[in-house]
Amino acid sequence: MFKELGALVKGLSVTFKSMFEPKVTFQYPEQKRPVKPRYRGRHVLRRYENGLERCIGCSLCAAACPADAIFVEAAENTDEERYSPGERYAAVYEINYLRCIFCGYCEDACPTQAIVLTDQYELSFTDRWDAIYTKERLLEPVPPGARPTPQKTEPGKFVNPIPEMPDFPEWKP
Amino acid sequence: MGVETKLGNMGIVTTTLEEAVNWARTRAMWPLLFGLACCAIEMMATAASHYDLARFGMELMRPSPRQADLMIVAGRVTRKMAPVLRRLYDQMAEPKWVIAMGDCASCGGVFNNYAVLQGVDEVVPVDVYVAGCPPRPEQLIHGILTLHAKVRASHPLRQQG
Repeated sequence: MFKELGALVKGLSVTFKSMFEPKVTFQYPEQKRPVKPRYRGRHVLRRYENGLERCIGCSLCAAACPADAIFVEAAENTDEERYSPGERYAAVYEINYLRCIFCGYCEDACPTQAIVLTDQYELSFTDRWDAIYTKERLLEPVPPGARPTPQKTEPGKFVNPIPEMPDFPEWKP
Repeated sequence: MGVETKLGNMGIVTTTLEEAVNWARTRAMWPLLFGLACCAIEMMATAASHYDLARFGMELMRPSPRQADLMIVAGRVTRKMAPVLRRLYDQMAEPKWVIAMGDCASCGGVFNNYAVLQGVDEVVPVDVYVAGCPPRPEQLIHGILTLHAKVRASHPLRQQG
């Protein structure tokens, strides 16, 4: 009988010892586990330092998207109403987050580095329509000291169809 | 339940009772195991020690629909699986909720073809959609918390029926 009791004590001692093991649980809503530096979360449409949008409405992100999650409709810029330094801008830019698989191909395809994936991952919706993020929700806020878009710019300043990007690393084949 | 339809407007009594009912419902929402694809791996990770669904009173992943309150559809639902899913949903006892976890369960995701159901809401009513392919455990917990908020805002005693 003592042999069986000994086995019981031996077994329960393992249970007892586990009470002093370090805790591994992340108390999620209060305490967030830091993501990896290259983590791909929801997108952000970036701006230049002068407040103009980087997106030139070329739809290359929509073409690269394997899930058809991105919809872009381009429109022409004018000097009175200028959104981006290029010839065109994205009048409609929508990402359906229930389609997006966060592969980052849009980020790779973008010629102006307008669309980037951030580390935000808290995306859950009670309605499917809420999952479609429009341009207003995707655009980052206007940097301090800059004007919001559309801007009125002087004629002859932005003439290139594709904007020059001084802060852009040179592409070498 | 429709307590008010039988007893009339009782004001603070039903409001307080509703709060208590909603509190109880959010504190022990047993999920039905419905892992169909890669999202199921993340669902298992959510229940494991790092994220620990037991903190929300959900440690019991019920394989039986009769004892489940919440169906977490994790993964792509094929057309052949859809009647099974609907049947399991019908077998669950009221009140019941559905979370469509991941892109495939929400709207088909990348599998835009004839074999995969384009969103599980074609066959069952979905309460919360969780984006991600697959969603990380935090995202699923965020979806569960969104559902908790939805349940807390509901009025179970005032609905007709």
